[in-house]
Amino acid sequence: MTEDTPSAELLVILRHAPHGSSWLKEGLDVALVAAAFDRRVTLLFMGEGVTALLEGQQAGPLGQKGTAATLEMLEMYDVDSLVVEKRSLDALGLSGDQLMLPTREVTEAGIAALVASHALVLNF
Amino acid sequence: MRYAILLLDAPYTSQAAHSALRFTRALLARGHDVEGVFFYHEGVHNAARLAAPPQDEPHLVDAWAELGRGHDVALQVCIAAALRRGLLDEQEASRHGKQGFSVEPPFELTGLGQLVDLGLRCDRLITFGP
Repeated sequence: MTEDTPSAELLVILRHAPHGSSWLKEGLDVALVAAAFDRRVTLLFMGEGVTALLEGQQAGPLGQKGTAATLEMLEMYDVDSLVVEKRSLDALGLSGDQLMLPTREVTEAGIAALVASHALVLNF
Repeated sequence: MRYAILLLDAPYTSQAAHSALRFTRALLARGHDVEGVFFYHEGVHNAARLAAPPQDEPHLVDAWAELGRGHDVALQVCIAAALRRGLLDEQEASRHGKQGFSVEPPFELTGLGQLVDLGLRCDRLITFGP
């Protein structure tokens, strides 16, 4: 192996908002399962996916459980590498202090580096 | 190379399942190993044994099953995503008190841990989605 050791094993990219589809929930499920099996996981929130991190979320009126409770469990699973795309926050008029968990903001170049430094990338 | 496929959309809904199938066949034709196809999200519908498309259309479920049997490609279906969408094998159907079952070998219901293992074990994991 000539490549650098990956900084983490699994990068899960989340691009969908809660409630409207099951993309976010099913993407987070992969992250939690991987973490439960002691894999090092990074979560990248992009596009509308950043809205998953907004404070004060509730269950959906159609019976959706929502994902805030799952996100709150991440720390228990030792998933502490949460990354958000700065441009997505800007586009939605949001800032990092409105988010429920500590995150690191990245630019497009930062995203390329993230993808390159993980052994496996799953895109939801 | 050792490949794995992740399929995230249902058959006959978008191009994803057709492309995934054709890509898998092309890999095998080139002599690559395809260790497994993982069906997740809407992709679990590819395992529906009751699918009955018109005879002049490709039968995607049968085509996957043929790859599973003839080429030793593991066909792994996320159990949580499947049960939610009405895709149960005989054992799960009986456990949930259902009369029929909708998934049969060579498709197997399995956990998401298998997806992560598969992806990390293989040289490449290629995702097909809508």
